[in-house]
Amino acid sequence: MAHKLQAYACMSKEDSMTRTLTHLERLEAESIHIMREVVAEAEHPVMLYSVGKDSAVMLHLARKAFYPSPPPFPLLHVDTTWKFRDMYALRDRMATESGMELLVYQNPEAVEKGINPFDHGPLHTDMWKTEGLKQALDHYGFDVAFGGARRDEEKSRAKERVFSFRSANHRWDPKNQRPELWNLYNAKKSKAESIRCFPISNWTELDIWQYIHLNDIPIVPLYFAEKRPTVERDGMLLMVDDDRFPLRDGEVPVERSIRFRTLGCYPLTGAVESEAKTLPEVIQEMLLTTTSERQGRIIDKDGGDASMEKKKQEGYF
Amino acid sequence: MATTLDTAPIYQTDALIAEDIDAYLESHQHKSLLRFITCGSVDDGKSTLIGRLLYDSKMIFEDQLAALEADSKRVGTQGQEIDFALLVDGLAAEREQGITIDVAYRFFTTEKRKFIVADTPGHEQYTRNMVTGASTADLAVILIDARKGVLTQTRRHSFLAHLIGIRNIVLAVNKMDLVDYSQKVFDDIVADYRIFADSIGIQAFTAMPISGFKGDNITALSPNTPWYQGKPLIQHLEEVEVDNIADQAKPFRMAVQWVNRPNLDFRGFSGQIASGVIKPGDVVRVLPSGKTSTVSRIVTLDGDLAEAVAGQSVTICLADEIDCSRGDVLAIADHPPQVADQFEASIVWMSDEHLIPGRPYWLKLGTQMVSATIQPPKYQVNVNTMEHLAARTLELNGIGVAVVSTDKPIVFEPYDQSRTLGGFILIDRMTNATVAAGMLHFSLRRAQNVHWQALDVSREAHAVMKNQTPAVLWFTGLSGAGKSTIANLVEKKLHALGKHTFLLDGDNVRHGLNKDLGFTETDRIENIRRVGEVARLMADAGLIVLSAFISPFRAERDMVRHMMPDGEFIEVHIDTPLAEAEKRDVKGLYKKARAGELKNFTGIDSPYEAPENPEIRIDTTKLSPEDAAELIVERLLA
Repeated sequence: MAHKLQAYACMSKEDSMTRTLTHLERLEAESIHIMREVVAEAEHPVMLYSVGKDSAVMLHLARKAFYPSPPPFPLLHVDTTWKFRDMYALRDRMATESGMELLVYQNPEAVEKGINPFDHGPLHTDMWKTEGLKQALDHYGFDVAFGGARRDEEKSRAKERVFSFRSANHRWDPKNQRPELWNLYNAKKSKAESIRCFPISNWTELDIWQYIHLNDIPIVPLYFAEKRPTVERDGMLLMVDDDRFPLRDGEVPVERSIRFRTLGCYPLTGAVESEAKTLPEVIQEMLLTTTSERQGRIIDKDGGDASMEKKKQEGYF
Repeated sequence: MATTLDTAPIYQTDALIAEDIDAYLESHQHKSLLRFITCGSVDDGKSTLIGRLLYDSKMIFEDQLAALEADSKRVGTQGQEIDFALLVDGLAAEREQGITIDVAYRFFTTEKRKFIVADTPGHEQYTRNMVTGASTADLAVILIDARKGVLTQTRRHSFLAHLIGIRNIVLAVNKMDLVDYSQKVFDDIVADYRIFADSIGIQAFTAMPISGFKGDNITALSPNTPWYQGKPLIQHLEEVEVDNIADQAKPFRMAVQWVNRPNLDFRGFSGQIASGVIKPGDVVRVLPSGKTSTVSRIVTLDGDLAEAVAGQSVTICLADEIDCSRGDVLAIADHPPQVADQFEASIVWMSDEHLIPGRPYWLKLGTQMVSATIQPPKYQVNVNTMEHLAARTLELNGIGVAVVSTDKPIVFEPYDQSRTLGGFILIDRMTNATVAAGMLHFSLRRAQNVHWQALDVSREAHAVMKNQTPAVLWFTGLSGAGKSTIANLVEKKLHALGKHTFLLDGDNVRHGLNKDLGFTETDRIENIRRVGEVARLMADAGLIVLSAFISPFRAERDMVRHMMPDGEFIEVHIDTPLAEAEKRDVKGLYKKARAGELKNFTGIDSPYEAPENPEIRIDTTKLSPEDAAELIVERLLA
């Protein structure tokens, strides 16, 4: 036996086939491993698809993980009816291309009450997104939901596990997380519990952009600069994406060359003035920029310092 | 002379980004990845060091910096200066307490590498977090406060890093600014540490004098320590070899995660390669079955690969139609890993509920999930003194060495050869919590050496001759519930019907086979295990076995259930309310227990876990023993 071992060591040295995997190759392999573990151990998984760049990468990784099979789970879009029009277009296109079932869920109570970001403030996010997500997961009976959150986005996310457990009422308990060792994930849970799984936890914003670039992954054109109708309001540059946008007295939409670093509901998403029309230019701007990604989102700011942590405990993704 | 932010050395990557973004992307694309952990005590300046690394590698944005400056003045501990620790201490609760309480992951990039840092806490009660953070790390930075030297915590962190198999250890002697950058202080600490490192088997480490707060020897060599001849910290992190390379030199292994079967024409085995290199044409062996075949394709969305290496996630097709499913391991045919069902292992206990020797837990190793029991530890390690202590169990954060037995053979390698095939977690079967992590040392017997006596007369043949289907009727319930009474009636009825039966109960087993056992939790588990094994042998002989034991714990009843073929174990819950059983008190035991004369009495000072889904439930407040027995016989023979 010892003799054989030695022979083996010699052989591999002569062949000298070793090569260092790049950081993107390691991240990709890790994400694929995580997705396959979920599919092997979950009963009814789903992928939350928000049509942003992180979702785009997550969907691409899913296609790689299960090729030549299509990913063996549906896509779920928790809709607010207030996304950019370009997002709805790409969403439908990607569902067709991937051969996956697309489920769109809108909180019926929010539909009925006409909840919108202009009149209802924080209630908009609570009802459409937080409540809508919980309702959708309960409605379809999904036990594991993939989400595209990254640990570099926000301080409370830096501590969240890849397999993150939710109680029967979807709450997160940051003090009671299961230890995650090596690449061993414990997906066992009781019937009422569910799991949010974050396969791209260890990716950074730059990794996401570079991966999109290298793999030619389709993304919403709003990430690239173009002349678009905008108004400046409360220190943010908002795009007038459709005629539901109520203009205040004296406000006139102005054409500006803008793009978005992150996409959500159009009345809540701040644009940046930019001339970056290609991916390398976008990446260049990102690297030279001096403000963090989530700054363009209003959601993190209400409730003060620990607002995201609080939202997550309540069930927000 | 406080170094202000303006003059702090800043790690530059900017030039190329502005001048030639395509060239930058090209270089960034080829960077490798190093994962490391930082360990230190609460006051060693760990968070400050990580904050410094993020700051110096420009991972802090203007809005974050503005928030940081405001926070530093409000709650910081560094006066008017920036408190880098505030960047890293994420959760609201922690910021109030001023400590880091969980594993957090941080990211930064330099010109040569990308880094993922696991920030792990220094408190004693959080050993489990450090082990968690270390399990995915290529390197550990062990921080020492230059004013305090090698402390108990230093020894503990080093022991854990070594236990989890980290080969690259950096001893960062921090806060050098507070000891006037004294070489003697540094040298004394290093000499001290070397003695300790030798004693626990750490073969090499790299020591460096730094100040996370002031930035000395972080990105560049500091003028304050002209006597230091080594590299600055970041350069060391950029140049050290990652484990991925070492893994490629080992024989090929891949745990099968998922069988990819989109249609009848394609069957591929998906997994992440744990070690080695694989090419089409290589002969591989499927374990544990031992069957061999040839790799026909390595399939990915980007096209077939001519070769795949350790770390990659791939889908492998074989030339032959052989059985292979999740949990199996594909290995190079001439050098396969071992298969065994009993091991010596190091175990780190991570749950508030202590280890219960003999109780079955789920064991997950690679993609294998089996039932496993742990024997009482051979010893526990005092992580402060490295002494071996006698132990009957392991409590939260306890580390010990014990024998692990699995209910079926698993494919494994010693942990020091393979983290993937040697590292495992234990999962509580009731709460589903991850309760422990373990590292296999070696097998105590090889499964292939256990020669099962080849039986010419099979269990089916035994059953056919008796003209019956073997079964184990497992009666469970409180003392005095009526288990033995009803089981006796059932046996009489079966006997009258010409069935071959045997009744096992507390009395005939406790007086002989199990007379060495008492009534502690561990002994009660062993009692049930032996009864289960006897019941299984009798069922193999074709008998219908009736067993009447309180058997209060779900886990043990499930253990017995899993010993039998599916459907053969029939759980009969004799459901009598405690008040009713105590009122009957046929043997006068409840009275004694209430008087404190009997310890560990089920229902009084020891719990009874009622079955959740028994095959048969008998409510003795509604059914007479005679009717109950009739019902059970009907259900059994239906």
